[in-house]
Amino acid sequence: MKVAILNFPGTSCETEVERLFQTIVKAEPTIIWHADATSLEAYDAVVIPNGAVYGNYLRPGALAKSSPATKALQTFAQAGKPVVGLGNGFQVLVEIGLLPGAFLQNPSLTFQSGKAALRVNRKTKFTSQYREEVITLPYAQQFATYYNDTPIAKEQIVMTFENNMFNSTQSIAALTNEGGNVCGIIALPERATEAVIGGTDGLPFFESILNNWSEQ
Amino acid sequence: MKIAKVYVTLRESVVDPEGTAAKEALHKMGYNEVQNARFGRLIELELDGSAEDVEARVDAMCKDLLINRVIEDYRFDIEEA
Amino acid sequence: MVEPTAQQVKEEKLYLQMGMTDEEFALAEKMLGRTPNYTETGIFSAMWSEHCSYKSSTPVLKRFPTKGPRVLQGPGEGAGIVDIGDNQAAVFKMESHNSPSAIEPFIGAATGAGGILRDVFSMGARPVALVNSLRFGDLTDARDRFLFKEAVAGIAHYGNVIGIPTIAGEAQFDQSYSHRPLVNAMAVGLLNHEDIQKGVASGVGNTVIYAGAKTGRDGIHGATMSSAEVTIEEEEELPIMQGGDPYLEKLVMEACLELVHYDSLIGIQDMGAAGLTSSAAEMASKAGYGVELNLDLVPQREEGMTAYEMMLSESQERMLIVVKEGHEQEVIDLFDKYGIEACAIGKVTDDKMLRLLHKGEVVAEIKADDLAEDNPVYHKESKEPAYFAEYQAMDNVAPEVKDVKQTALDLLQRPTIASKAWVYNQFDSEARGNTVVAPGSSAGIIRVEGTNKGLAMTSDCNSRYIYLDPETGGKIAVSEAARNLVCSGAEPIAITDCLNFGSPDKPEVFWQLEQSADGISAACLALDTPVIGGNVSLSNEVNGQSVKPTPTIGMVGLVNDLSEVTSSTAQQAGDAIYVIGEALPEFGGSELQQMLEGDIRGRAPQLDLDVEKKRQNQVLQAIREGVVASATDVSEGGLAVALFETVFGETVFGLDVTLRGEAVTALFSETQSRFVLTVREENRQAFEAIVEDAVHVGTVTAQEVSIKGEDGDVWIAGTASEFHDAWKGALECLLNSED
Repeated sequence: MKVAILNFPGTSCETEVERLFQTIVKAEPTIIWHADATSLEAYDAVVIPNGAVYGNYLRPGALAKSSPATKALQTFAQAGKPVVGLGNGFQVLVEIGLLPGAFLQNPSLTFQSGKAALRVNRKTKFTSQYREEVITLPYAQQFATYYNDTPIAKEQIVMTFENNMFNSTQSIAALTNEGGNVCGIIALPERATEAVIGGTDGLPFFESILNNWSEQ
Repeated sequence: MKIAKVYVTLRESVVDPEGTAAKEALHKMGYNEVQNARFGRLIELELDGSAEDVEARVDAMCKDLLINRVIEDYRFDIEEA
Repeated sequence: MVEPTAQQVKEEKLYLQMGMTDEEFALAEKMLGRTPNYTETGIFSAMWSEHCSYKSSTPVLKRFPTKGPRVLQGPGEGAGIVDIGDNQAAVFKMESHNSPSAIEPFIGAATGAGGILRDVFSMGARPVALVNSLRFGDLTDARDRFLFKEAVAGIAHYGNVIGIPTIAGEAQFDQSYSHRPLVNAMAVGLLNHEDIQKGVASGVGNTVIYAGAKTGRDGIHGATMSSAEVTIEEEEELPIMQGGDPYLEKLVMEACLELVHYDSLIGIQDMGAAGLTSSAAEMASKAGYGVELNLDLVPQREEGMTAYEMMLSESQERMLIVVKEGHEQEVIDLFDKYGIEACAIGKVTDDKMLRLLHKGEVVAEIKADDLAEDNPVYHKESKEPAYFAEYQAMDNVAPEVKDVKQTALDLLQRPTIASKAWVYNQFDSEARGNTVVAPGSSAGIIRVEGTNKGLAMTSDCNSRYIYLDPETGGKIAVSEAARNLVCSGAEPIAITDCLNFGSPDKPEVFWQLEQSADGISAACLALDTPVIGGNVSLSNEVNGQSVKPTPTIGMVGLVNDLSEVTSSTAQQAGDAIYVIGEALPEFGGSELQQMLEGDIRGRAPQLDLDVEKKRQNQVLQAIREGVVASATDVSEGGLAVALFETVFGETVFGLDVTLRGEAVTALFSETQSRFVLTVREENRQAFEAIVEDAVHVGTVTAQEVSIKGEDGDVWIAGTASEFHDAWKGALECLLNSED
């Protein structure tokens, strides 16, 4: 599987995603600078890594709208291929309209990091490899509160916070679009793929992507 | 030259923890008349005056980028600079 | 405003406002062979400020051991460099941002992180971790609570946005820092040996390129300000603070890290304190060349800026780069990819002068060496303060404690001892996915990308011991840092320091500086940790009162194999608890003394470097042989606190221990060179064979806490959660108090 890792100005966590696909879940990752991403046709999956894209200015993820990569990403997603936004990448997907809703500042008004218990909906293409219903993943966000005034269908909810610490709509931590091929997750599964670094509860997330799409 | 002043506020339905914190702080300082505080932002756009449909273009800028209608409301004034 | 003439500068003594003395001005005149004009006077004053020249501290800094088999770059460059094997090296340095943080703590603390990161990536290294060391008033005062909250938010903001994990740090609270906090930031980077860069401007005709943010009128004379004391009443007249933009710095950093691989690159340096002036003068002086700049070409954010303003601006996120003549465009194109402005503003000359042109005229012409090398050096008067002899004569007596359990609970809630989760939960401590040990442990550990090795790091300094006995206190600061690294499974390899003191014009303060430097040097020699760089911050005073002397030690250690990383907290109930080191009635400067008496006095705890070294070696050996389940050192609050901290891990355990001696000394004394370790039952024999001083004191339990004396007297009993809750929530509770 050829995985494009899309680097916007301010993206900071691209190398951990690259390393993960190179050495742990075994795919062919390529880091692509956003200005060079006018077409993503050559890839089988696109990942938007965590990191303060455009400095989180205006609203986190918002300024990605001005990048040529956005159009290519929209075309890519319409073809039904998998698109994943990790952490700030989730905010980008919301702002460019590939996922519904918006993000608000944490109720504490401060950046918050730590580990959270998440309940997994194992029926999505991003979670089919999970065996457990409740997992632990790290998070690190100042804008982790997911907001939407129209309810999200159950099938689209990928993970929820067990303790809704950010006061998110429907406790959402991860969700997909209606087509089920675009997924945003505000927690950081890529930081939980090695026992020595942060556990392995994030690994099935990436294995699911490989499993469900690599034959296509 | 024209200046468009875009006022952005969180929609009524959205909880504003910053506003709540400010209101509570003001109460503690004795400003008990404060019923509610809502935070927002002011965006000033300096326009070169070349476009004829200024209002429509500023409105489009808001919808395309400057505000997120899921969580924000906006209004704007256009002034001669 | 019309700029004063050279004559006016001299006759009206305008240089005094810039922080220059009559003698210094006369020296500048003599060096130039004429009276310096306004711009030149500003340049001299900035370059000869304590912050840039270390004119008062140089004689002290010379005492530090700076050499060692691992040292690739000692003090003098942006950051020091140590070899870590496999052709890789660690690059690190610590710096203060005290004055700005006392005025505008969010911006001050944030720009501190930004500046130290530039020092590291300008050496060609990718920054991999941040560490911070914070000293604030004891949080009983609303202003101090505000300063602390904002400084933490500022550090968090900068590190989080730029995407570099903050993996270690410490915060201590003492009223001497009230309204005059210390904010020290340390950055650690990694590079391959061949990528080491230096800040040099060499090769006649080569081009000087300016890259990064435009220059504005912010931070003018920041270098002189950072050496000046804060007088609270004058806050409204303070200069414009330089704001920071971590997003811009991220882009500048990525461009610079690509630039490192260009053959055309000659030298690169951050425009830090004294901005364009210091970077240009230092790069020329180090290389033995001159630099000529055309200030008309400097990107400017504001209109009508004078040469003086441009040269002394401390606008953030700017770099000065020298490239081979004819290769300017490839560098400009590289920065353009990241949306960063870069342009040629001058060239390297052979006349060793810093020459500035503005609007067709030469506005300054000074020998680069006069600015960067031949600054005045002062041998300040040093005098033992009267209190020292008085304190040394005092007997060591254990204070009277009525309720031992309540005292333990009270100590656990002291801000210096309480959990710092409120602080580090605001940091992204795992960005880039290499964090092996996040904050909240003895030391932070980052994996060396692509290997199974790790870099461990910590910062330490107990300024109360240093105040009471600066030489011993200096030894303790280094030893404690090393202990923290050893406990996590790392071998200490080098230190950086940040010497935060009061005014060097006070002989007693200068004595503290000298004595503590001697203590630091002795410990560095004993523990094989040379000083590879650092920073001096003097005149940390508020209304004439000095802060407690605080030479913060930032130490880096090497973990040979990540499987040797050891937790600071107990792993399972049933494991044996060992204590290394006997408690003596040493309470001078202890947290208990401060808590009970509201002040400190007496003798600091003593330290025998041979004992320290022997115990550290044995603990590290036991860890490497895999027989230690957890290790932590005994520090503020004594053994009681260390025991509780041992069981306050991700899973909270209880403990059942029996201690020798008298209760108050056994529990709360701050005798040095002590450790608490837990060991699995099956490893006890192997462990005892390695660590000869270890005493088996009890067992990790599921929940119940029982600490007894040898005669069976129960000193402390309860449930683990009762103590844990007190420790965990105390800091946040203090910060939310309203009086």
